[in-house]
Amino acid sequence: MQPFTRDQMARKAADDIPEGWCVNLGIGIPTMVANHVPETREVVFQSENGVVGMGPAPSKENEDPWLINAGKQLITLAKGASFVGHADSFAMIRGGHIDLCVLGAFEVAENGDLANWATSENDTAPAVGGAMDLAAGARRLWVIMEHTTKDGRSKLVERCSYPLTGLRCVTRVYTNLAVLDVVQGQGFVVREMAPGLDFDALQAKSAAKLHRPA
Amino acid sequence: MINKIVQSIADALAGIKDGSVVLIGGFGSVGQPDALIEGLIEQGARDLTCVLNNAGTGRVGVAKLMDLGRVRKIVCSFPRSSDPVVFETLYREGRIELELVPQGTLAERIRAAGAGIPAFFTATAAGTKLAQGKETREIDGRTYVMETWLKGDVALIEAWEADRWGNLVYRGSGANFNPVMATGADLTIAQVQHLRELGDLHPHMVGTPGVFVDRVVQVDRGAPWV
Repeated sequence: MQPFTRDQMARKAADDIPEGWCVNLGIGIPTMVANHVPETREVVFQSENGVVGMGPAPSKENEDPWLINAGKQLITLAKGASFVGHADSFAMIRGGHIDLCVLGAFEVAENGDLANWATSENDTAPAVGGAMDLAAGARRLWVIMEHTTKDGRSKLVERCSYPLTGLRCVTRVYTNLAVLDVVQGQGFVVREMAPGLDFDALQAKSAAKLHRPA
Repeated sequence: MINKIVQSIADALAGIKDGSVVLIGGFGSVGQPDALIEGLIEQGARDLTCVLNNAGTGRVGVAKLMDLGRVRKIVCSFPRSSDPVVFETLYREGRIELELVPQGTLAERIRAAGAGIPAFFTATAAGTKLAQGKETREIDGRTYVMETWLKGDVALIEAWEADRWGNLVYRGSGANFNPVMATGADLTIAQVQHLRELGDLHPHMVGTPGVFVDRVVQVDRGAPWV
């Protein structure tokens, strides 16, 4: 069995983004999604700190310290970019103007519940950032994450055990083992599996019931 | 003649009282009013509530203000940073209060204060730990959480350019929390890199009209340290 690499997971998500969408990418593997959208396909990448229309990472000589994304990384602007303040940036997010948000997660439940901001009820200093705004406000929410934790526990679950970020908000999950849709009233529906993996083996690595596509 | 330009950081910060709620702009170090924060450390006000996105980095700026025991409470969305040592120590020891607010709710509560809206309903955080104890309401079939306005006594903000009316122009991603915070406080103080003659700022470029700004001080800050 050949698990998908992080780059392959990012590319699969990128391949599913059509021209014209406005997309917000979380930190980690989700950020890598932008690298796999070809320049010929116009997608507007939005960042919570008020950048609408990010381009690729800058070369050393093109770095501008006034241009950062929500992950505090230096960025460039795409042609057609604009700036807004936080109130307007989050109006864009909370008002349903973002077509897609791609985030990482600790757990995704079969009803689409997302847990990705706190690992226990008594974290020393829990940090939420914009995750709850994106979970509530983006028109679609896709998750990219490893299928299991480092100690082998499934991150696909029947009910989240960690504190929730949003309820019934995740619509698709890309893992190193599979691509799955979250269908309300049904649960996880497998779209694609890593080469050499069969349905039963994938089910064995998952803590929620999986469904074959209709 | 309207002239909001003051000649020193001390003049800019004069009159800030103990117990004030202080809104502090910036995201990362871009748009962060470093000189005003350093000035507040000198100015001496205590028992402060600081409202900002992070909870300070390293031992400088807001982290230093906290380290000196001058901050009673932090209201922020992301108390982690590359080096949150001061906040984490104080928080663990129970010497600072944290009100964790989703980033968009934080911006909107400040916007509401600036727009005279005492409360609003939002889908953000509905059904989560951060909505516990808050009033909720079903509107058009969805559950929303009531949030109240967040008013500052003082806002400390940063901009690229200003004129003597207090009109502000931002640079790059430097607007972030600054324009909304400018509207949400009784006393808005702007640190700017460049002063321009009245009429030299293009009206379309002004990100914050001077009506929202009380004092302007010029500081050669240089590039953000990202």
